[in-house]
Amino acid sequence: MSEKNYDLVILGSGPGGYVAAVRAAQLGMKTAIVERDKLGGICLNWGCIPTKALLRSAEVYDLIERAQEFGLKVEKPTYDAAAVVKRSRDVSERLSRGVGFLMKKNKIDVIEGTGALAGEGKIAVDGKDGKQTLTAKNIILATGARARTLPGLEPDGKLVWTYREAMVPEAMPKSLLVIGSGAIGIEFASFYRAFGCEVTVVEVMDRILPVEDEEISKMAARAFKKRGMKIMTGAKVEKLDKQKDSVKATIANAQGKSETIEVERVISAVGIDGNVEDIGLEEAGIKVEKGHVVVDEWLRTGVKGVYAIGDLVGAPWLAHKAMHEGVIAVEHMAGVKGLHPLDTKKVPGCTYSAPQIASVGLTEAQATEQGHKVKVGRFPFTGNGKAIALGEDQGLIKTIFDEKTGELLGAHMIGAEVTELIQGYTVAKNLETTEAELMHTIFPHPTLSEMMHESVLDAYQKALHI
Amino acid sequence: MPTPVLMPALSPTMEEGTLTKWHVKKGDAVNSGDVIAEIETDKATMEVEAADEGTVGKILVDEGTEGVAVNKPIAVLLQEGESDDDLEGYDPSKDSPLTSGNTAAGSKEDGSEESGKAEKKEEGGSKPSPAKSESESKSAPKEQASGKEPAQKQPDPGGKAPPAPTDESGERIFASPLARRIASQKGVDLKGLKGTGPHGRIVRADVEGAKPGAAAPRGAGQAPAPAQSIDARAFYEEGSYEEVPLDSMRKTIARRLTQSMQEIPHFYLTVDCRLDELLRVRKELNDELADSGVKLSVNDFLIRAAALALKKVPEANVSYAGDALLRHKHSDIGIAVALEGGLITPILRAAEGKGLAQIATEAKELASRARDKKLKPSEFEGGSFSISNLGMFGIKHFTAVINPPQAAILAVGAGEERTVVVDGKIEVATVMTVTMSCDHRAIDGALGARFLDAFKGFVEFPARMLL
Repeated sequence: MSEKNYDLVILGSGPGGYVAAVRAAQLGMKTAIVERDKLGGICLNWGCIPTKALLRSAEVYDLIERAQEFGLKVEKPTYDAAAVVKRSRDVSERLSRGVGFLMKKNKIDVIEGTGALAGEGKIAVDGKDGKQTLTAKNIILATGARARTLPGLEPDGKLVWTYREAMVPEAMPKSLLVIGSGAIGIEFASFYRAFGCEVTVVEVMDRILPVEDEEISKMAARAFKKRGMKIMTGAKVEKLDKQKDSVKATIANAQGKSETIEVERVISAVGIDGNVEDIGLEEAGIKVEKGHVVVDEWLRTGVKGVYAIGDLVGAPWLAHKAMHEGVIAVEHMAGVKGLHPLDTKKVPGCTYSAPQIASVGLTEAQATEQGHKVKVGRFPFTGNGKAIALGEDQGLIKTIFDEKTGELLGAHMIGAEVTELIQGYTVAKNLETTEAELMHTIFPHPTLSEMMHESVLDAYQKALHI
Repeated sequence: MPTPVLMPALSPTMEEGTLTKWHVKKGDAVNSGDVIAEIETDKATMEVEAADEGTVGKILVDEGTEGVAVNKPIAVLLQEGESDDDLEGYDPSKDSPLTSGNTAAGSKEDGSEESGKAEKKEEGGSKPSPAKSESESKSAPKEQASGKEPAQKQPDPGGKAPPAPTDESGERIFASPLARRIASQKGVDLKGLKGTGPHGRIVRADVEGAKPGAAAPRGAGQAPAPAQSIDARAFYEEGSYEEVPLDSMRKTIARRLTQSMQEIPHFYLTVDCRLDELLRVRKELNDELADSGVKLSVNDFLIRAAALALKKVPEANVSYAGDALLRHKHSDIGIAVALEGGLITPILRAAEGKGLAQIATEAKELASRARDKKLKPSEFEGGSFSISNLGMFGIKHFTAVINPPQAAILAVGAGEERTVVVDGKIEVATVMTVTMSCDHRAIDGALGARFLDAFKGFVEFPARMLL
């Protein structure tokens, strides 16, 4: 059994872990990263990236179906499910290799195997090179999370899928039940619906995308229904009866009545649980609450030299949040000055369905609850030239300001490309701009981004194009 | 709908004040113009009149509360037919205060054109920032006041964040727009804050952690928060002293004079003036005036002499304004008046055009109102020159700290009999020593000397004051 010494050992090479490793290397730390599967973790291999590839296929397919609208003559398109999946896998593969290059470039040791804390400053790795112990001045736990399972609704990988199987279908199912309407559930619902699948989404809360602004949730539900999705809110899947090649699902609807539907496949997307098991947390005395490691504002676990980041430490379960935490943790241990803890109000969230949904900051309801007197601006896609030229005239950009200070409390968007727009407001929030600076900002014409300007103007009754 | 009564701004630079006294209580009926409260700023006590009629529904700020921000609701008036029920869930701070433009009831005897103007400006400054009515909010938010306006206006909540502030040397202070706006709403001076953002930028959290009122009032005499000096308590055993908290006047004196000494390169010119002729003339004139009740003091002569000397040497009648010198058209002479627990410098405006009797009357009246703390801010802010006279206490010679934004102050010692040498012979004469402190940024040595020469000429040959 060999022993290697490092300044920093990171457990898990997802977006939190590998970014932390790169930053640590930049700061001159001798760094190792332990990965039991593929570099890049869920995000690159089974999450953000491959789903974006799938959704791009869906988007292109959808556009081709609309070709006539744009004056183009195209034969009715068909698809090759296997090729769609292959493209998605290729994209992931390429990016995973990319992470490998980054590790190499930064002289970070990649250690394949399953790691666990093994006493102060020690990580035991069980891998293809046998067992070894790494010693480290600091350790970052970045083991991520996995799909949560609900009793009675356990995925089996065949008829009842998690995101993992849903990403590599052998064929497009003709009908699908999606349990849970968070970003993951909605993205898959949107993907499969685009390829003609009969999709039913069941959400236990009274609206889909429950973390989004209510108004946006409502618009999203309307848009998805228009695309032929069936949405049941305030409903609960009570039972899944597996047939030979289908599932009979018993659903208690909003009225409390049971109804049964038969679908080919079920996707369970009811949230995630942190991967807290078998990494030596208990022995080390690291506190776990509700399936997540408890950390302070600097991502410290309370055990000397052990930090934890990303999905492992809780919501929002987003790759960019994990990356940012990785940097904070590394810079904190390196004693970098001027650090700020992560502020979840400044973490944007994106759902890449059709239409897309993106937001940052407080919803209108949250803002009001917190005692803000708000000014709300809205600007619809129908008032934007570029949106109309794109043939994407459905959507809304909503902004929420504190009436007293002019602070941008939140921004909420639905419509084409909004996931690319949200960063504008995120920058604004981070720079602590008020409505005045946003009003002074010149937005290029013609772009969708002009709606961001108009929404701000509208909050102060100054919108020009409506 | 209930109407909020807002904390009025007594001057363009006022950010907060102490609510010293309520003249009404809950349930009292008030008519427009009734005095309902008294407010004290660092220098003056003012009465607040009701702008509307109604019944006092609620007192929101208790007597004796310090640091009440301008435009903060201090009470709620109920209109006819309204009762306590109407106050349920009513938030005065969120109501449109359009109907409650309280103005401070100033002393009535003021009449000079200058202060009349200043009053007008005050009213503008005290207009509550409009929480807009529907129609108003549809229009573009008002542009921020032009550079000439006092910088300390309450920001229009729908308007721009205040412009990027600068420190004394004109260097920009980096602060986020939100931090700037919250600072100005809270009355926090960004200069005193340490930024925790990138490159020391002041961010919202820095402002929220700061204490309001730590701010120096902005405006003409923009002052930095005094550098935190060593806590004297560390040097003395507890119980060996009595701790007297600073009142607002003491705080203002500390802040302004610290600022003056830190910012203004002072230099001092001393000259002796013979007073014999002045004393003779004074006696004659006082005999003449005996029946009128007016009595001329030596100081009245010195005010007139200084005013005329400034007219004669207008280059010395200036203020330093960073990128310009302000050459004043009038000789507005500040007269240092000692008060219980402090001092104040009321200003005798346009003294160059006033005769000795008028100067005497006005100076007396200003001093008396100063002692009663009844001066309006417009009566002690600004000015172009000050006289501080400690002669009556037997002080022979001293130097005074310039009172910004003025550029000079004259420290007057006692007139006393001294031996002087005239044409090689020793004589006994009544002589006083005066020392002028000059702001070297605005007044150079030779210029100061010319002024003093002119001053001395008027003092030693008072008949010249007739010219």
